[in-house]
Amino acid sequence: MIVNSIINGRRTPLEGHPMARLLDVLRASGFTGVKEGCGEGECGACAVLVDGALVNSCLTPLAHADGASITTIEGVANQTRLHAIQESFLECGGAQCGICTPGMVLAAHALLSRHPDPTDDEVRAALAGNLCRCTGYMRIFASVFEAVRRLA
Amino acid sequence: MPVLDGYELVTPGSLGEALADLAAHPQARPFAGGTDLMVVLEAGHLPPGRYVNLAKCAELSGVASTPDGGLTIGALTTYTEIRHAPAIAARWSMLGLAAAETGGIATQNRGTIGGNIANASPAADTPPVLLVYDASLDLVSASGTRRVPYTAFHRGYKQMDLRPGELIARVILPSRLNPSNPSNPVNPWRDYYRKVGTRRAQAISKVCFAGTLRMDGPTVADVRIALGSVAPTVIRATAAEQALRGRALDAGAVADAERALASGIAPIDDMRSTARYRSRVAVNLLREFVAAH
Repeated sequence: MIVNSIINGRRTPLEGHPMARLLDVLRASGFTGVKEGCGEGECGACAVLVDGALVNSCLTPLAHADGASITTIEGVANQTRLHAIQESFLECGGAQCGICTPGMVLAAHALLSRHPDPTDDEVRAALAGNLCRCTGYMRIFASVFEAVRRLA
Repeated sequence: MPVLDGYELVTPGSLGEALADLAAHPQARPFAGGTDLMVVLEAGHLPPGRYVNLAKCAELSGVASTPDGGLTIGALTTYTEIRHAPAIAARWSMLGLAAAETGGIATQNRGTIGGNIANASPAADTPPVLLVYDASLDLVSASGTRRVPYTAFHRGYKQMDLRPGELIARVILPSRLNPSNPSNPVNPWRDYYRKVGTRRAQAISKVCFAGTLRMDGPTVADVRIALGSVAPTVIRATAAEQALRGRALDAGAVADAERALASGIAPIDDMRSTARYRSRVAVNLLREFVAAH
């Protein structure tokens, strides 16, 4: 099937089996910022925003992307400048090997777009579905609070 | 990347079309949020065949109050929607707590309550709450709708009272007002919910406990208790309830309830925990539940 979707603000048809993982279709279409970690919805490395909501693209069949507006990590920065969340991850050491980073940034983005001034517990809950094996998380939490400060 | 030869995923435009498709293809299976089925697909264990995507069955979504003070929750209502529904937070708060315990945000955004019920995991975190809230299910097919009590729905490990061509349409929760004084707007029930897993987040339960209790002066007017991960299905602990009902919450009643609970469950050793640990924790949770009153 061919689904009509808007990816990072541009109308982009996606082609594949309706049960194909959105993860695979996006990567085959060049959006390789979408990472595969566990492939079973535990790690969040493949997270994207679908109509503004965080979803794991490994658990999303292509059929569910029909008519949807999708944001991948490639759509978070603008042409000339990283997003404040990305700058904060750089600044605070929130990114190390980088595999979890796209999902972490998008999970933080989904949180801050609804709760611009989150509590520590809200940040932890919002990122609970995103696993990182490098940082021990503390620098990631610090990155999110730095982004809160920059976006205020 | 899964091999998809032999799989079909069709998207009917409405509930009526979906039911017609399921009636015409008795082997077809419904497909809701995908958070369970896509995992099984990736693991190579999803049977090939026809799957019916329910994404356009708008009739199956949303939370609504009923005229008699109850609530209906459409089967396609997501865990995120359940977490944010004001009516649920006000009167059925354990449902919101259970939804918040179900996977991470990304799973809660896609996973549906109907899908969670139909996945029939004995370790699911919401079904014990539905049991203590005395839920019913509306099951819909091309030939009509029938209502079944949720206590009778799970018949064995992954066995459900669900016929070919039938979908879970909605969950119905009865009013939480005092049945002997329904004009009093105060919810007389006290709820207790606790999931015990390996970690605080993103862990499948070792034991999950939901309880609700209503006192009449010094004695227990009514009580309902349910558990997950201690039997082939989620279960109501009816013998433990019986040991408490009509009695004061004294040490004797609690000890009787503990004994009834321990003999009414059948936990197993598996990769997540042991039968011994689960039995012990189930009793400890019962003790914490009654101590909170």
